Amino acid sequence: MKQDNRTLNSQFSILNSALASNWRRWLNTVGPVLALLLVYGIFVCMAPSSFRSTANLQMIAKHTTIVGMAALGMTLVIISGGIDLSVGSIVALATAVIAKLLQDYGAGPVAAAIGGVVAGALVGLVSGTLITSLRVVPFIVTLGMMLVARGMAKLIGQEQKIDVDTEKLKWLDELMASVPKGSWQLLPLGVWILIVMALAMAFLLRYTRLGRHIFAIGSNEQTARLCGVVVWRIKVIVFMLCGAFAGLAGLMQFSRLTVGDPTVAVGLELDVIAAVVIGGGSLSGGEGSILGTLVGALIMTVIASGCTQMGLPNYWQEIITGAIIIIAVALDRLRHRRAG
Amino acid sequence: MQHVSKRFGATIALQDVGIEVAAGQVLALVGENGAGKSTLMKVLSGAIKADAGRMWLDGEPYRPGNPLEARQAGVAMIYQELSLTPHLSVEENIMLGMEPSRMGIVRWKEVRRRTIEAIREFDNPELTPDARVSKLSVGSQQLVEIARALATGCRVLVLDEPTSSLTRQDVERLFEIIERLKQQGKAIVYISHFIEEVRRVADKVTVLRDGQVAGVSAVDDISNEDIVALMVGRQVEELYPRSKRKRGELILEVNDLAGVEKPESASLKLHRGEVVGIAGLIGAGRTELLRSLFGLDPVRSGQIKLGVYTGQASPAQRWTQGAGILSEDRKEEGLALDLSIAENVTLSRLRGFGPLGTVLPSRQNAATYRWIDKLEIRCRDPRQSVLSLSGGNQQRVALARLLQHDVDVLLLDEPTRGIDVAAKALIYKLIDELATGSPAEGREPKAVLIVSSYLPELMGICDRVAVMCRGNLGPIHQVNETDEHKLMLEATGQKN
Repeated sequence: MKQDNRTLNSQFSILNSALASNWRRWLNTVGPVLALLLVYGIFVCMAPSSFRSTANLQMIAKHTTIVGMAALGMTLVIISGGIDLSVGSIVALATAVIAKLLQDYGAGPVAAAIGGVVAGALVGLVSGTLITSLRVVPFIVTLGMMLVARGMAKLIGQEQKIDVDTEKLKWLDELMASVPKGSWQLLPLGVWILIVMALAMAFLLRYTRLGRHIFAIGSNEQTARLCGVVVWRIKVIVFMLCGAFAGLAGLMQFSRLTVGDPTVAVGLELDVIAAVVIGGGSLSGGEGSILGTLVGALIMTVIASGCTQMGLPNYWQEIITGAIIIIAVALDRLRHRRAG
Repeated sequence: MQHVSKRFGATIALQDVGIEVAAGQVLALVGENGAGKSTLMKVLSGAIKADAGRMWLDGEPYRPGNPLEARQAGVAMIYQELSLTPHLSVEENIMLGMEPSRMGIVRWKEVRRRTIEAIREFDNPELTPDARVSKLSVGSQQLVEIARALATGCRVLVLDEPTSSLTRQDVERLFEIIERLKQQGKAIVYISHFIEEVRRVADKVTVLRDGQVAGVSAVDDISNEDIVALMVGRQVEELYPRSKRKRGELILEVNDLAGVEKPESASLKLHRGEVVGIAGLIGAGRTELLRSLFGLDPVRSGQIKLGVYTGQASPAQRWTQGAGILSEDRKEEGLALDLSIAENVTLSRLRGFGPLGTVLPSRQNAATYRWIDKLEIRCRDPRQSVLSLSGGNQQRVALARLLQHDVDVLLLDEPTRGIDVAAKALIYKLIDELATGSPAEGREPKAVLIVSSYLPELMGICDRVAVMCRGNLGPIHQVNETDEHKLMLEATGQKN
């Protein structure tokens, strides 16, 4: 009888912990989404009704695009256990490259856009190569590359903004243009590009060997090496992708301003990292998701938009965002301690 | 100590355990890894509290709330990992936490006097009060620990696997010191799994197995074989199964291999259908040999021929060439602890889990279920993180990777370190099955190269065994033509 009780008990405890683990897994993905709904709900209650308008929702989506695009690449880097501080500078470099190609080299919009993305990927390639060949930590290498890329942007623009004649822009300024009311398009083209790219990256992380290898390296680089993962190659690819996405973010930035601006997006890398971290990415690697990252980026834009609509000064927005970053990471740690 | 029990969650670490040691006596506490030795000693030294049971010290009830109280009561513990502060001097370490002082100011003369008193006994020229601990050899560092215990006026001294990282000479010196302490009337608990050592220093032996006392005896009244049988809980032949193996084609040939530091020189031949063991002391270069074979450590010179492939290769290439390695360090290298069981099992080969080069988690899980059944891995499902498994189950996951990959050459580095007896028995059985193969099921015999520090294990499962000593791999012996004693002499470099 006693024996029976014991087996019964142990079965119960197995069941319990199974439920707890599923609950935790569920919370992991749904947690940031809940936070987003909460923040949005608060502003719906407090901000004027214009906050709820379709136009404002479009605004939010649009404003999320630049940070969100760069954050896709950053998610890969952070999952692999690295960090990339150069994305803000890459955005500026990409705008400069695109403007220069359009204005001075007579390139078409497609070629110019590709040029911007390639410039970003090249910076990432250099970062990745230096990190793996010199064995210097990503923080330092990308800190250096942040200055190098910024300097190159200024070199291209000769420390000036690069204006582009309107007729040369073609469709490039429409990526981030507001969509007329009632259009089938619903969201600006740039937002759609972000959504497609996000789906592609989510697929890559979950269903491809590259994705599984990125997780493995971030979780335990030594194990990955032992299992025959070519660690340096994966890392270079990851930093290249991150650079390319920063270049794509630069294209969006250019579309918004229609000038090449070497001084734009200073400090953007911190917003990008914040988006990943709020979305559940761990700076020690092995954790993070594309959905979480996008939600993290959205949370920050919703706060910004809500504060503006309420007429709150800019500093409130910064204080709230800062607090949310810390709370998000603290919650994450708490969850880990329970799980561990 | 009487009727001491301790549970960690669902795991019962100790159940109704009692030990007794008198002043001037050395009690050896032996048992396999995970038998509960260290847990028991943590209870004794106040590092953890028992759930039940009582302890007496000199007839008085003894209930330490923390290690400091235990020290003050006269119970001192020397752990496997030395707990010294490397940047401080010998005297600072010995007096740490009990510096004689007046109004908060340390009286250095008094410190010096007490230190000299404590280390005089050891008669070791390396040991001076102002030497930096980080500059001392491991053996001398251990003496500093013992001196610290003596300086607090301890009556019971617990030594946890004290010889595991000592040189032969230091071991001898340690045994002399233990003898002297015994004569001074200290009670000593000596934890070890080396039976020869136990025989040498102890008066009495208590064997623990699976958290229970398996037997108590005076050392002179019990044979080595009986101690081993008590430790593993079954007859030795049952633990090490040995089917009729048929030695097949040559599959791994190594000629005069040298790494950057170690190995210096290693040559061996490994055939299908055999298990070859590499014995030796820690630091002899056995791990480095396996690692450089697998491309994890750089190779300086020498030839490696694996199947039809010749020359050096990266770990990725070695896997595709049909070799697999099991790391000695499960937690740091062998497994990605945060990832799921399925991810860990399939990481070395992610091809074939979905169309067009994709990897479908559902198929990874399905493949993993097979090994969960076959290796009796205790878990909820393949998605569970490896972190939450016990050591024995983690090791099964690490082994499952080699099986899933279906490699022909298995390089196993300390495959049974730190795991329970049930997991060990399973691994021995598995190694035997792999080497034997099964023509009926179309499984070819595999080749197994195994590094272990535990000689009885190598003698039990291997066909041939070689000894590594200071970076050099000695000649390969047939297991039935050698014995533990000969191998030990070879390992310590005392042969001829």
